[in-house]
Order: sequence, then C-alpha cells, then structure tokens
Amino acid sequence: MNLDHTTISSALFLLFVLVTLYVVFRASRQNTKATDFYNGGGNFSGFQNGLAIAGDYMSAASFLGIAGTIALFGYDGFLYSIGFLVAWLVALLLVAEPLRNSGRFTMGDVLAFRMKQRPVRTAAATSTVVVSVFYLLAQMVGAGALVSLLMGFTDPAAKNLVIVGVGILMIIYVTVGGMRGTTYVQIIKAFLLMSGAAVMTIMVLVHFQFDISQMLGAAQQASGNANFLEPGQKFGKDIFDEAGNLDAVKTLFSKLDLISLALALILGTAGLPHILIRFYTVPTSKDARKSVNWAIGNIGAFYLMTIALGFGAAALVGAEAITEKDKAGNVAAPMLAEYLGGGTGTVGGAVMLAVVGAIAFATILAVVAGLTLASSSSLAHDLYANVIKDGKATPEEEVKVARIAAFVIGGLAIALAIAAQGLNVAFLVALAFAIAASGNLPAVLLSLFWKEFNTRGAVWAIYLFSAVGLLIFSPVVSGAATSLIPIDSGIAFNWFPLANPGLVSIPFGFFMGWLGTKTSNERNYAKYAELEVRSLTGAGIAKAVQH
Amino acid sequence: MSDKQHRVWEETQSSPEFAQLRKSFRGFAFPLTAAFLSWYFLYILLTAFARDFVVTPVIGNINIAFILGVLQFVSTFVIMWLYERHSSHVLDSASDKLRDKVEKELAN
Repeated sequence: MNLDHTTISSALFLLFVLVTLYVVFRASRQNTKATDFYNGGGNFSGFQNGLAIAGDYMSAASFLGIAGTIALFGYDGFLYSIGFLVAWLVALLLVAEPLRNSGRFTMGDVLAFRMKQRPVRTAAATSTVVVSVFYLLAQMVGAGALVSLLMGFTDPAAKNLVIVGVGILMIIYVTVGGMRGTTYVQIIKAFLLMSGAAVMTIMVLVHFQFDISQMLGAAQQASGNANFLEPGQKFGKDIFDEAGNLDAVKTLFSKLDLISLALALILGTAGLPHILIRFYTVPTSKDARKSVNWAIGNIGAFYLMTIALGFGAAALVGAEAITEKDKAGNVAAPMLAEYLGGGTGTVGGAVMLAVVGAIAFATILAVVAGLTLASSSSLAHDLYANVIKDGKATPEEEVKVARIAAFVIGGLAIALAIAAQGLNVAFLVALAFAIAASGNLPAVLLSLFWKEFNTRGAVWAIYLFSAVGLLIFSPVVSGAATSLIPIDSGIAFNWFPLANPGLVSIPFGFFMGWLGTKTSNERNYAKYAELEVRSLTGAGIAKAVQH
Repeated sequence: MSDKQHRVWEETQSSPEFAQLRKSFRGFAFPLTAAFLSWYFLYILLTAFARDFVVTPVIGNINIAFILGVLQFVSTFVIMWLYERHSSHVLDSASDKLRDKVEKELAN
C-alpha cells in the first residue's frame, strides 16, 4: 500500500463527508415539526425507505466481515449471508405493518401501548440502548482497525483519532439532521455500497468467464484446503481428541452452536430498534410493506454478491496475503478491489482500493448514525417524556433531550471504542442480534398478537437479558484460546458450552414473557381491542401522528 | 379516551368483518412463517448433521450445500412476492374499508 491510494481514499472520503453534511444540513431546513427528529416527517416513499433500510442494515460487518469470512473459511461465511436475508421475512410477515400502524416513534410505543407506561418504557429504552451500543461499539472499533489497515497507520493514537472523527460526524448527522438527514445518508450509502459491490462482482465474474464452478474451484485450489467448499470449516466443526478420535460431545456442542447462531441471525433482525424505527418514516402500513420489499430486493442482491466477493478474494488474492494484513480477514474485499484494478502499485489498483475503502468508511458512518439515532430517540421519547415527565413533555423539550442524548451516546461510544481497541469485538454484533431476538422480538410479537400479554410479561421478557448472562459464562469470555480473558491467565468460568446463547436465550425470552403474563392479574382487553384494530387497519394513524 | 371511543374499538374488534380480516391475515402470515422457518432450519440442520449428503457435487464444483443456500434466497423472494400478492388482492381493500368505517365512527 503506497501513498497513491491513501491520498485518493482520503479525498473520496472527504467528498462523501462533505456531500452528506450538505444533505444533512439541507434536510434539517425541511424539518417543520419537532417530532420530525424521530420519523423524518413520516413521508418517505416505500422505495426511499427500502434503500434506507438496506443502508442501515448492511454494516461493515456484512461487507467486510462476510467477504472476509468466505475468503478465509469458504462456505461457512455464506451462512451469514443467508441468515441475514431470510431474517427479513419475520419483519415482513409479522412486524413491519402492525408496528407502523400502532406506534409513532419508538419500539417502546408499541410495547407500552396497553401496558403500564413507566416500567415498560424503561425496559424498552434500556434494551434499545444496550442493543444499539453493543452494535455501535463493534462498528467503531472496526472503523479504527479498517482505517489503520488501509492507510497504513500503526500508531494507536491515529486509530483513536479516527474513532473520535467517526463519532463526531455521527453526532452531527443525528443532532442536525435527525431522522430525515440520517435517512438521506443511508440512501446515499446504500447506493454507493450496492454500486461498488456490483462493479466488483461483475469484474470477478468476467475474470472467470461467468463460470461460477470455475471460480469456486480456483478458490478451493488457492486455499489448499480440499474441504474449502464444504460447510464445517468454521461452524459446526467435527472436533477430534488428541488421539484422533471424534469427540462426540464437543462435536455436538459445536453443531448446536451453529444452530444457535442461525436462530439469533434470523430472529434478531426484527428486534433491532434502529431497524424498527425505520418503519415509522413512511405514511402507511402499505408503504412499510413496500419498504421491506425493496429492502429485501437490495439486501438479497447484495448478499448474493458476497459469494463472488468472498470466493473471488480467496481465489485471486489468497488467504495467506489477506491474513498477513488482518487475521480476521476484514481486508479481503479491499484487497480484491486492488487486485481487480490491476494490482499493487498500479494506478487502477490504487483507485479501486481507494474507492472500496471509502465505501467501507461510508458504510460504517451511516450505520453508526442510525444506531445513535435509535438510542437517543428512545432515551428522549420513552425514558424522558414518558417515564421522567410522565407524558407531559412538549415535543420541543423531548427533541432537545434527544439531541443531548445523541451527544451522550456518541461520547460513550467513542470512549468505549477507544478502550476496546485491540479486543476482538466481532462477537458484539452476534450478541446484539441475540439480545434483540431473545428480548425485543418476544416482547414485540406477544404485544401485537397475544390478547393476555401484560406489563410483567413484557418487562420479564426484555429485562432478563439472558443472552448477556449466558455469554459471560461462555467460551467467548473465558476458557478458550480466543476468549476475551486470555486462557493462560488460568481464569475460566465457561460452564455454558456455546459461544452463541440464542438457542437457550430465545426460547427463554418467550417463556419469560408467558410466565410473567400468567403470574400477573393485569389484563387490558379494552386497550388490546384498540391495538389490534389499529394494527390491522391503520385506523387512527393520522390522528396518532398529529397527537 | 372516552367510553364511546372504547366502544368503537371493541365493537369493531368483535365484528364479523374484522374477524374475517384477522383470519385472512393470520391464516396467511402465520403458516407462511412456520413454513419458511422450517425450511431454513432444515437447511441449517442438513449443513450441520448431513455433511456427507450436502457435499455431493452437482454441477462441477457446485455442491448441494450451495444449491440449498441459493434456494434460500429464491424462497425468500418467492415468499415476498406471495405475501405482496395476497396483501394487495385481499388484505388492503378489507383493511382500508374497516379503517374508513372506524374513523367515521370515532369522529361522530
């Protein structure tokens, strides 16, 4: 990597920052009501919102992480692509339309509809902040690492500077532009990411004369692993003991871990607060459905392209060259771009590398803005307005608090990300999905579809955070070579054998929702009548928006 | 909220039109959800436990695991299309009609 591409990359990224800042400031002038901060005025089209959802959803973990995982481990990386896409059917069939019809600004709106406001809103805000901050942290630590890889920084101070810069930009996007500004940033980012991935995919396919079998064969040969195209290189491995015999118990746990991950991937999406609040940016449930259709089209096309990006990188760049730069493989897509442009030291290679590097920054920046928006909305609308002020805050006061909250969340994320530099935080994305799937999703689904569901059920489903609890006792934290606590410290309390808690914590979340409901006498059938009729018909939606 | 408004919501909820709308939504969305979840976990279980089967090559280097994976994409697109068709043919007009009726009653 030489000066050429870092200069181009910096220039392109600066251009992206300037364009998005211009768009965000312009968007802020279109804001007419204080509550536009939350829903961008609620007048985006299904197509616009579909692109924005795709922009919010396809994080650097998708673009760089999946391409890298496929490049290093072959088939198993593709499992992520599939889970992340199929997950959208839960949102489409069960969540998007009823949520749009019965809430206004936050996930808490729907959860607290027929419940006691204070406990449920507090739970909703807590969960929103926890899920969003975990996710945020993974993205920001990733941003620091990515920039140093692409720009050749080795000084940790430079990484920290990048994190602070990303944090300040996301705070500006959110506080100035609110939901409207952030939505435009997501749309621009989605367009850039899709275009970049499409160009690279076409170049890879042209290289292999559109023969996918040939591409896979070349990837397998370059990997030197005869089983590269088969599942089981990373997840659900067959584990052998020292004598070379199959360890049946460990192998079973390894396979259960794969199932557990799969469960969190497909049930987590429809419980991610920053995705849920996107459904409020369109006027009707019909538009919410159209947004999801467009999102599925874009996201599906993108994840199909990860096959070409990942196996292309494996075949053309090779795992050895990739891991030399980054052990986790996150540089696979940028390195593939450099190769496709003509290779290291060529102008074409430098340009392609710079473009893809800039797209990756744009991706990170847009996703962190969406997450910060979701957290600050929930802190202001759920916690401040409905818990602290008991529903008596004016919209102007609420939004002022939301802007302050964006500074607090942004500052917290910057500080945590700097502290977490050097830790392997990739598991935080999977953890955010697991918490969303085991707390938020049960609470949302039971709220919408179960007549008896009540305050205690909602609070129990969300609060137990069983996913976090189990994770602490899993090999992610201690007792394995890859744990956060080094294994040679001798500290090990990994009695929970799976790295992914979903298999246990998701059914547990639903069970606690049921148990909490059954052990409490509170029933609010009258409000459920209103919720159910609203959620299926959209009645009262205009009124709900004016309020 | 007034008692009158409560009555509108409750009467609508227990009306046969609403029961019909709920049935045509749930009767479509719930079984479809069960179907795609089963199909997805069948795929995951096969990749976890039926390795010898899924590694069978079909076309050149493309094995059954790849075909199944791409079929997950195909089924997602098909289900999206099925639901859109059901919604636009059946659900939208029924829910719009009920919405107008409820809003008129609430305004009176």
